[in-house]
Parts: sequence; C-alpha cells; structure tokens
Amino acid sequence: MATLDDASYSPAAKPYKPPVVAPGHTPATVTDKISSVVLQRTPKWWYVAFGVSFFLLMIFMMAVTKLFLTGVGIWGINQPAGWGFDIINFVWWIGIGHAGTLISAILLLLRQEWRTSINRFAEAMTLFAVACAGMYPVLHTGRPWLAYWLLPYPNTMGLWPQFRSPLIWDVFAVSTYATVSLMFWYVGLVPDLATLRDRSKHKLAKIAYGIPAMGWRGSVKHWHNYEVAYLLLAGLSTPLVLSVHTVVSFDFAIGIIPGWHATIFPPYFVAGAVYAGFAMVLTLALPLRAAFGLHDFITQRHLQNMAKVMLATGLIVVYGYAMEIFFAWYSGNHYEAFMAMNRVLGPYKYHWMTLILCNAIVPQLLWIRKIRNSPFWLFFVSMFINVGMWLERYIIIPVSLHRDFLPSSWGMYRGTIWDWATFIGTIGLFLSLLFLFVRLLPMISIFEMRTLVPDAKGGTNLGGETTEMPR
Amino acid sequence: MDSDHGVKGKCGAEASRRPDAGAPLDLEELREKLRQKRGPELWRSLDELAGTPEFEDMLHREFPRHASEWPEGVSRRSFLQLASASLALAGLTGCTRQPVEKIVPYVKKPEQIIPGKPLFYATALTQAGYATGVLAESHMGRPTKIEGNPDHPASLGATDIFAQAAVLTLYDPARSQSISHAGRAATWDTFTAELSKTLLAQQALGGVGIRLLTGTVTSLTLADQIQQLRTRFPQLRWHRWEPAGGRQAFVASMRAFGRPVETRYDFAKADVVLAIDSDALTQGPGSVRYQRDFAARRRVRANQPEQPVSRVYCVESQPTNTSTVADHRLQLAPADVEAFVLALAQALGVAGGAPATLPQKAADWLPAVARDLQAAPGRSLVLGDEYCSPAVQILIHGINQRLGNVGATVLYTEPVEVDPVDHLVSITELVRDMNAGRVEVLLMAGVNPVYDAPADLGFAAALDKVPLRIHHGLYDDETSAHCHWHIPAAHELESWGDARSFDGTVSIIQPLIEPLFEGKSLYEVLALLANQPDATGYDIVRQHWQRLLPGDFEGAWSKALHDGLLPNTQMPPVGVAVAGGAVQQAAAEVASSVQQARAQQGRVTLYFRPDPTIWDGRYASNVWLQELPKPMTKLVWDNALVIGPATAGRLGLGHEEPVEVTFKDRKLRAAAWIQPGVADGVAVLTLGYGRDRAGDRVSGQGFNAYALRTSDALWTAPGIEIRGLGGRYLFASTQNHHTLQSGIQEVSKDGRISDDSEMRVASEEAQKRHLIRVGTLQEMRQDPEFVQKHREKPETDMTMFPPYDYKSNGKHAWGMAIDLNVCTGCSSCVVACQAENNIPVVGKEQVTRGREMHWLRIDRYFHGDLEEPTIHNQPVPCMHCENAPCEVVCPVAATAHSDEGLNDMVYNRCVGTRYCSNNCPYKVRRFNFLRFSERESPLYRMLYNPDVTVRMRGVMEKCTYCVQRIEQAKIESKVDSQPIPPNRLQTACQQACPTQAIAFGDINDEQWEVTRWKADKLNYGLLEELNTRPRTTYLAKVLNKNEAIEKLAPAEAERTEHGHS
Repeated sequence: MATLDDASYSPAAKPYKPPVVAPGHTPATVTDKISSVVLQRTPKWWYVAFGVSFFLLMIFMMAVTKLFLTGVGIWGINQPAGWGFDIINFVWWIGIGHAGTLISAILLLLRQEWRTSINRFAEAMTLFAVACAGMYPVLHTGRPWLAYWLLPYPNTMGLWPQFRSPLIWDVFAVSTYATVSLMFWYVGLVPDLATLRDRSKHKLAKIAYGIPAMGWRGSVKHWHNYEVAYLLLAGLSTPLVLSVHTVVSFDFAIGIIPGWHATIFPPYFVAGAVYAGFAMVLTLALPLRAAFGLHDFITQRHLQNMAKVMLATGLIVVYGYAMEIFFAWYSGNHYEAFMAMNRVLGPYKYHWMTLILCNAIVPQLLWIRKIRNSPFWLFFVSMFINVGMWLERYIIIPVSLHRDFLPSSWGMYRGTIWDWATFIGTIGLFLSLLFLFVRLLPMISIFEMRTLVPDAKGGTNLGGETTEMPR
Repeated sequence: MDSDHGVKGKCGAEASRRPDAGAPLDLEELREKLRQKRGPELWRSLDELAGTPEFEDMLHREFPRHASEWPEGVSRRSFLQLASASLALAGLTGCTRQPVEKIVPYVKKPEQIIPGKPLFYATALTQAGYATGVLAESHMGRPTKIEGNPDHPASLGATDIFAQAAVLTLYDPARSQSISHAGRAATWDTFTAELSKTLLAQQALGGVGIRLLTGTVTSLTLADQIQQLRTRFPQLRWHRWEPAGGRQAFVASMRAFGRPVETRYDFAKADVVLAIDSDALTQGPGSVRYQRDFAARRRVRANQPEQPVSRVYCVESQPTNTSTVADHRLQLAPADVEAFVLALAQALGVAGGAPATLPQKAADWLPAVARDLQAAPGRSLVLGDEYCSPAVQILIHGINQRLGNVGATVLYTEPVEVDPVDHLVSITELVRDMNAGRVEVLLMAGVNPVYDAPADLGFAAALDKVPLRIHHGLYDDETSAHCHWHIPAAHELESWGDARSFDGTVSIIQPLIEPLFEGKSLYEVLALLANQPDATGYDIVRQHWQRLLPGDFEGAWSKALHDGLLPNTQMPPVGVAVAGGAVQQAAAEVASSVQQARAQQGRVTLYFRPDPTIWDGRYASNVWLQELPKPMTKLVWDNALVIGPATAGRLGLGHEEPVEVTFKDRKLRAAAWIQPGVADGVAVLTLGYGRDRAGDRVSGQGFNAYALRTSDALWTAPGIEIRGLGGRYLFASTQNHHTLQSGIQEVSKDGRISDDSEMRVASEEAQKRHLIRVGTLQEMRQDPEFVQKHREKPETDMTMFPPYDYKSNGKHAWGMAIDLNVCTGCSSCVVACQAENNIPVVGKEQVTRGREMHWLRIDRYFHGDLEEPTIHNQPVPCMHCENAPCEVVCPVAATAHSDEGLNDMVYNRCVGTRYCSNNCPYKVRRFNFLRFSERESPLYRMLYNPDVTVRMRGVMEKCTYCVQRIEQAKIESKVDSQPIPPNRLQTACQQACPTQAIAFGDINDEQWEVTRWKADKLNYGLLEELNTRPRTTYLAKVLNKNEAIEKLAPAEAERTEHGHS
C-alpha cells in the first residue's frame, strides 16, 4: 500500500486517536479472524437472515411479474405525478451506493487509512445498491421490453437516443459507475481470493476461489501491478462519485417543474447521497460487526469518523433545504413560492415534517461524542437518515409534480401495494446479495488490514503466510 | 327451426350468466327478489329489503360489486375481457351473422368507395325526438364519426355531445342483440305469430285494449303510420312520456296562449339577454344553433373595439353553462329567482299585485336590468325554459311580449312534436287504464318508464297487469325486464326514418350500415301492427314522402337525402298573444309560491335536471358520455346531490358525504357534492343514474333521482330533508378532486369553504397565475393592450440558435387559437376528439386515480368568492410549444418537432418513461398506464378511425392537432396541385364546436382565420412566461359589463383578473 512508505504516518506524531485495529493482533490473527468468517461452518442465524431476505426477493419477483403482465398502472403513478416510487427508489438506491466508492476511492486518495476495515464492505454495498437502482429505470418504463432503446447501439432504423435528455445521461452515468465500481471491488478482492483459495480445505471451494483469484501468487510484480491498477481505478472512481449523483440530479434540475428546476441540485444531491450512503453503511455494519464479532476491526474510530461525515453532509443537505425555500422567496417567482408553501403547508405537510425530523433534527445528536461512540445510538440515527433520505426524494418527485403550473391538473399521489412490494422486493434483493457476500467473501480486506497491524510497520511481512513469494 | 331456437336459447342463457353467482347480495339478486313480488307489495318489499344489512352494504360500496371484485388496477381490463367474452358467446351461435373474414376483391366495384377514403352521408340524429342534421363519416361501410351538417339549421356544421357519441351507442356491446321472450332469445317470426293472434282478437274490439307508449315523436311518417293504425284499430290510444321533455313549457303555453306553441329564440338579434334559471345555450333541441347565434354577438376583438357586443345576465340558483359566458351572474335561492321574475314583470308593467320583495342585491340589480331590457325593445330576450314553473314561464312570455321581442328574438311556432299532449297526463292515464285492466296490449317504444316514470304512479306495478307487454328499445333495460317481449331497436345509423329539428326542418334519416343485431326500427314494428310484417323501413318512409312530395319525387328524394333536409319545412311563426288574465293569475301564483317558500325557514328545494352528459338516462350505457366530465362538477360516472357551501355548512354536511334525501316519505341514499355557485337552499340531482339494468359498466352507478321524482314535482321538489350519514363516497372527478383532506373541515358552519381545501387553493392560484385573462369592454376600449400587461412575455431571441423559419422554408406553421369569450364549456369538442382519435375510456376507478385519457379537456375555474363565483371555461389541448419542454427530455426522441411546428408523438418509438408528461407545464399528455384501448372487441374495432393508431399500453399520447386531417389535406392539395384552401381544414374539436370558439390553421398565412385571431391584442399564451412559446393561444375574455351594476357594490362585483394585478 502506498501508505506504508509514508514516513509521516505515525500515531505518535499526532494527537491520540483511537486505533483502527484493536491491540494484540498480528497479521496472522487478522487473517485467521477474517477468513474464518468465510471458511467456518455457516452459522444458523445466517440461514434465517438469508431466508427472510430471499423471501423478500421473491416478493420482488412477483411484483415484477405482475408489472410486466399488467403494466405500470399497477403503481400509484398518475397524471400529474408520472413518477413515484419507481424514481424515488432509483434515486434512493443510487444515493446509498455512493458511500462505497467514496470510502474506497476518495478516502484512499486522501490517505485515510481508517477506511480499510470498511471499504470492502461499503464497496459491496455500493454494487448491490446500484444493482437495485439500475433495475428501476428499466422497470419504470411503460414498455420495458424496449428499454434497450436508451442505449446507443447501431440499428437498422438509424436511430440514436436523444442525447439532450438527462435520462440518457443517467444511462451513461449509472452504467459507468456500476462498471467501475465492480472492477474496483474485484481488483481489491483478488489478493484475498487467493488467501481463501489457499486456506480453504474443500476442493470445490479451492476451485471456486481459485478461478477469480486469477493465479495470484503475491509476487512483487503482482503487487506492483495491483497497486497501479488499484490507484488508477481509485482515480477513475473519484470523479464518478461526484458525477453520478450530479447527473441524477439533472433528471430534475433540467425539468421546468417548480421544485425540480434548481441550480442547487447537483451539490445538494451529492451531499445527500454521501449522507445516505454512510447511514446505510452504519445500518449494515453495526449488526454485522456484532454478529461476527468484528469489533477489533471496525472500531470506535470508524464509528466516530462515519458519524462525523454524516453530520457534515447532513448539514449540507439541511442547507439545501433552507436554500430551496430561500430562493423560492428571493426569486420572486410565484410558482416557486407556491411550491415551497405547498411542500411545507400543503397536503403532504406531514411528509415534509417527518423529513425535517429525520434529516435535520435527529442527526444533530451526532454533535454529542457519546452518541458517536454508541453503536446503538448510531444505528438509531442512521435509520432515521435512511427514512429521511427516502422521504426527501418523495418530497422532490411526486410532491413537486402533484401541484405544478395549472391548478386544473392538480392531483394527489399515493403508492399502491405494488409500489411497496417492488420497493420491499429490492430491499430483499439487496439483503440477499449482501448475505451471500458476507458468507462467501471476506467482508473486510484481509491483506489491507494486515498492513494496519502495528507489527507490520516494518514492512517486512507484506504478503503474510499465504502470499509469500515462491522460493 | 326448432333446433335452431333451442340453440339460441342456450346461447342467450350462457351469455347472461353472471360471473359472481353466489355473492351475498347483488343487484341481480335484489332484482330477482323484487321480480317475484307483484303490485303494491313490490314497493313495500323494497323498503324491507332496504333494511337488510346486505342492502346497506351494497349502498355503501364504492363500486358496484362487479367492479370492486377485480384486483386492483385491472378492473376495466377484466371487465372488457368479460364483456368481450360474453359478446363472443352471444355471437357464437346465436345471432344470425357470423363475421366472415375473407379477403376477396370486388367483382363489381361499388360506386364511390375508394378503400382508405371515407364517405360522408347526410342524415339526422334525434335527441328526445328532435333532430339534428349530421354528416356521418363512413369508412368502408362502417360509420365512425359524426359531424354536423353545415346546411342544417339546427347544426350549421356543429354538434352537441350526444350526436358525437352516437357512433359509440351504435357499437355498444351492451345493446340488446336479440329478440327475447320472457328473457330467452326468440325470433321475429314467433313474435309476429303471437302478436297477430292477439291483434286479430283486438281487431274485433276496435283495438280498445291496444296502447302505444313513445317518447316525443316528430316524425311525420310515424304519425302517419299511427293514423293508419287507427283505421284498423279505431280505439287504439297513443300515450307519450318523455321524462326530460318540455312538459311545463307545454302547460305554460296552454295557459298563456290557449294552445300549444313551440318557443324558439333568435340570439343573433338579441342585444340584451336575461336567462332565468335557464341553460338554453347548452340544453334542449335548439341549443347547438343557439350557441352559434349567441357567439356571433359575442366576438370581441381589440382590433375592432367598437363592434357592438350583446350583454348577458343570468339569474339562477345553480351554475349553468350559460352563466359561464354571462356578463353578470346573480345567484339567488329558488324562491328569490321567482320573486325576481315577478318583480321584473311588475317593473315592466306586465303584472300587478303587491310588489315582490327581493334580497338586497337582487333589489339593486333589478332596476339596472330592467332599464337595460327596456332600452332594447325588440332586441332583448328573456329566457326561462322548461325548468321554470308554468307560472314563471307565463310571466316571461308576458315580459317578452311587453318588450316587443315576440316576432323578433322570440318566435312562437306550431309545435314540432306531432300531436302534442301533456306527457304527464298521458302517462297518468295509461297507468290508470292499466290498473283498471283496460289495457290488453302495450307496446312501449324507445322509452323506459319502469325506470323513469314519476315515482308516485307505480308504473311497474300497473304494467305487470297488462296481459301482453312489448318493449322496443336499444337496450334490454328495466322496462324490458317487466315485458313479455323485447324487440331490439335498430339504431338511427342502421335504419330509415325522418324527424324534425327544433325549428321544424324535416330530415330524412338514412342508414349507414345494416342492423348489427336483430334491430327493427319503430317504423317496422308499427307496420307489423298494421299487418304489414314484411314492410321495410325504407319502403315505409319513402312511400310516405312519395305521397307528400309533389312533382319530381325522385329528384326531390335524392336531393333531400343528399342535403340532409327538406327545404322550406321550417315551422312558420304563429300569431299568438299572452292572455292578460293568464299573466295576472300567474303573477298571483308566483307571489303565493314565493310567500309559501319564504314561510319555511331553511327549506331546501331539490332540483331535478337532465344530466349534462347522459341526459335522462338513455345514454347511461354510452361510456364516452359517462366519462365526459360534467361541465360544472367535473364528475364522471356518477351524479351527486349537488349543494352549495352555505347549505352544506348549515346542515353540517361534508364533501362527498353519503346522505339520505327524503321528499314526502320517499327516501333516497345519495352522496353530497359541495359545489361553489350553488345558492343556499337548493340541491341539484341529475336524472339518469342509479340504473340497475344498463349493462355491467354502469348499473348501480350514481343515485336514482326518479325514486324521488313525483308527478307534482317533476323538476322542483320543495322541502326536502337531507340527513348526513357520515363516511365518504368515492366520486371520480377530473378536476380538483381532492378537496377533502384528512383533518380538514372543508366547510365551516357559516358556509365557507376551508382555506386549505384544494378547491380554494386551486381557485386562488388560478387567479394569481392569470390563466384566464378577463377584462371588460370598457377596459379594452381604454387600453387595447390591457391583456398583455398581466405577464412578462419572454423575448424570442433569448437563444443562441436562430428560430426556425417556417415561412422561408416553404412550410406550413400550424397553430390554434381559442376564443374564451364564447366557450360555453358544452364539451362537444371533448367527445369529438375522443371519437376522432380513438381515445380509450378508462372507467371510474382509473379516473379516481387521475388517469383519464382525454386529449382535450375543459378546465373550469372559479374566480372571486367561492360562495358566489364567476365560472370560466378553458379548453386545453396540446399547446404544440415552439420550445417544447417535453421534447428535450425524451430519451428516445419519441416526441419531436415536425417541420410544420407540430409537436409529434411517435407511438412506436415511445418506451414510456413519462418524463415528457412530468415536464409538460400544461399536463396535456396522457399515458396508457394499462391496456386501455380495447383491441379485441369486434364491435369496437369497427368503431375505430382507421386513420389513427390505436395505442398500446405503456405509450404516451396527446393531442396531435388531428395530424391525420392535416396530412389528408396536404395529400389532396398535392393531388390537385393547389395550396390547401384557407379555413377548409378543421380539427375535430373545431368542427364540433357550436360557438366556433376554436380556430385552426396555418399561422403564416393571413388568409386563415386563426392568423387574424392571433394578431389581435387579446391573444395571449397560457403560461407564456415560461418561454414555451405555445402554438395554441387564447383570446382573453372580455365582458360587457353594465356599469350600473358594477357601481352597485364594487367590493362585491366580481373580481376580474385585471382587478388583481
């Protein structure tokens, strides 16, 4: 790792910070501890948890079957609210997907070594969230079997997508993001796959881990190539963290609907995405940490830092809310002013109040150190943020649409049972993938953790026992 | 023969089997229970049944059982599957024709038929007996669209909604498709055999037991046939019952003139119009023509500011379409309206007696109105139609006579109805005779008295005493359920006939298609009675006219068929005068009626009115009309007990709250709808709903007003009780449906609609946003630019790209302008658009979800006080924006700009992201959320316009400016090598519009009317500040205010937009 040769890195040279790995670990114990999660017998609770997730996934399958057979009319969308849960969930999942890349790439480039214990996990979460999000643009179309027309491909009709549409930008942004995230995650996994290959006893497992390990032997050349590739991918991912949600925000900002047409959207959306992403990382990491006993690797320091990021991005989001209302008044634009009033005092005022409670008020608890240190309270706050960020998209999408320019066309929006089934179903997909991930792959980067063990500071035992160079 | 019969019987039984046999209690079962009862027992048992929990449950259900049991979101589809399945079953073996689908070239090419090119036939359609001349468009033998006949005086090229929707009735799968005997399929031969036995027996008795019951008849051929029948059966009696006919006008005419006369108006000559509780502009036989004449006097242009404009006052208890185009509207309680007429009669010296007392506002109004009327002798017009009591109508006759209007703006002619009678007396006598056992054979043609006869007559019970009951009609309805025989009627587009229009002009009705089912026309059924079972409608009608038309009959006949009318058959005016005694007596009656009404504090009067879309119930099965928003309430698929906020507040009733209405011991469960503009003390319930045999789609929808309508209260039921039952009935309305929100008390005790109700917020926002720009003639004359000052209009050069120059590229630039000053909100354009463009119907449940598909809608806005508002209409089609927000956001370029400036929608390319609709500030785009278009039904397939794509689910659609018509015109112009002649090309909405409020054409060419409209300073674009640069624009509403009234109470005078800005 690049950080290893950095002379400035020394815990003693800085004010005391809680360690990123609990004391007493050696590279060997790190490897044992993390790989044992994968290699041991499947714990009983895993079956239960995966079973529940899989059941939710089946709900998703049912909802989608119904959707394809009957049409998007099973949802609550209507005139004037042509988008509802479909796009809310799309943006929500994409937002959640942001934390992974941010943690992996940006924190890597900023040399925040504390990221190491959570990056693998966060990247996986990103991938699964993007998979869930990526489903919606296809599902939400009236004729999903023709959704491939959004892709620029040569065809006999000589037709291209309409490049001025933000939806096309979305296609590029999301698909690029998904691809780069996948590669980044996979490249990071290769040394650990080799560890698992070497450590697993079962022949099938050896083969299964061996193939994706791509013959990794831990040679210096391997390490060199790996470092370069990983750094390059981190460099590639970094602008994507900013661009994806910026482009997603264009879906709205390009539109002329009051409540959508705002220049503040790109930064506001990116901050919101990081906010939501960290909340989701905490929501998932805290229970898993307890379940697998990973307190040594996901330490108080991690929790503290994530809480601080949430607090900071949360404040940016609140600033966004304030500015939306301020500009509605300051612009002197009647439609904007009405939109702001309608959000706060209109028929969806309770949604708005809940949003403010979840996203603006409850997260202020994070100013308190005790709360930042308490897994329970962090989980509590994160859940509020998860709900709040979903409501934010609800407020932006159907609530802006439901009363736009002509009062004659006003209406109301409410999700149907199928909207909920699809939403819950994607949560099922997400959790199913996640449980498979924690069961089959090391959820914490083994080799990177080893580098954080104080013992490793000398830099002699880089490869650890399983990645020694062949003699 | 026998086996054939057997098969048919089986088929009929299959087809009528209900999908949900065994449900706790449904209408079918209830009917069955009732059917077993007879006579007076029937009504008693209805009350008993009404007490059962199942019945309560049924009343409380939002949807009729059949609708609600389908899974969410697909009810309409399932219904149509069932409908088409049952149709298929019905057609499978039963009915005579099997569609043979072979492709065979013509051996002999029929004259004129060119595949792909429509033919137009002049014919007429009747509405309650009165004809409107129409041109029916036929594609390869299938009538697909109705247009007005420009040569016909009742049409002048335009139509009403009923004519537009006639093609759907023709192809309605709910039409009865087979002769039936006691509910089982039978044949015409068995019917004739059985009937002739009875008739032979009757012949010996002089036909003393034979009775006919019809609606209003204007057909001379029918009259002649009945006359001839009387030679065979001298004692035969002919009864009439038209539930929404002109009965009170008839009584008024008898009392005023001593003879029946038809009252006809000439709006073109009227400078000052005063309408008393009248909707003459959009209801009644002459309404299409009246609208045209009215509009001719209301075209205000800033470029010609001095052009004289007529002035319209409305004095009414509930808002009408007429009052949406009035200059002044005075909202009064029913008794005060009567008092107003009396006071006006007194002020004009028509009537004497003690001066009528009026509420302050009306008292202030009266002298101003009276002066205005007096200043225009012979050029004023006071309207009070059928719904005013006979006494009030007599006063109005007297007023018009005093003002010198008779012979000028008011014409009295011989009645158009053949052999006019008092329908109420006529049906009462029939019931009396049936009860007395004097009726042996009853033929009911085109009527449904079991459903719509006055409730106190007990028609159904009396009917059951008649030994042979025959029903002839388009539908197997409530009446046919009580009959031995049901003979399906041929639709007017399937049969020969004739009829007269409001002014007496005779039209020959010619068929465009062979009867689809076993339909027989009334002419043929009457011929059977006259012992001519084989006479065809064609022979009967033709022979009749052969006797009447002198000279070259063939020439005259073909010319009549070609033109759609017989020239010079208008009714000439007759010289009548109102008897002075009648006026004095009427004045006394009105005075006492007013006094009586005022004596009862807080009395609520129930108004029965024909439904604006399904009339008296005869169009209940027509789903276009069911889904057409009612102009004032914007309700679809339902009627409602419409009350004003004041009454609602006083009685503590909530919006959409189920209520029980009691009138003289008769009770009706309905639901309240709070409507701005309805005066305190009045409730309005339209006729035609609460049907229980009108097909699965509409049975059980709405509330049956006939259950309360008694013979002494045909239009007005004074002193009803309304009791709120709590809860909420789910209405489907296309505009501001969500007035009720959780936790909001929508109307306060003093009758104020809550500040956060959507109705109030929407109304206030509409005014702040200057969507409807209104001014007065005085304002316009002072400052012709006044309309343009409301809103910033962005400069066209705010872009880096030069605007596309249609002109120098040799392209048309299609545009539309809509004159708000003359739009009455009659909605003909909406149905015309639906018929032209194959627009699907989605059903009530989908409308409650906000998914109606109309490409053209009429927005209704309340201005001013919600308790006493001014109401404006605004038709909204696609704006075809030059900078269309929908186009930039479509990811697949499925909506794009054409080189003629059209905003085209490419259905094949649409993947259905709905982004375009979200981004459309006008929300004119419509999305096929489900499979709304019925593609499998063989009947609906015949209906579709072959020039317009039928859209599948998942596809966006919207107004195209009738691009198929544009292309047709371009092809023709190319073939002829001539430019498209200006003003010839019309969109469907424009063509149907009775007031010619819509202009369309090439806005680069000054010869087109639309270009002149757009050049006017009154022209403005809706939301033009968004820089969408709409191609559809509006001409501002300019009212011709009476300054004397304006000065009265400036605070109260309606606040126009101008006043706000």
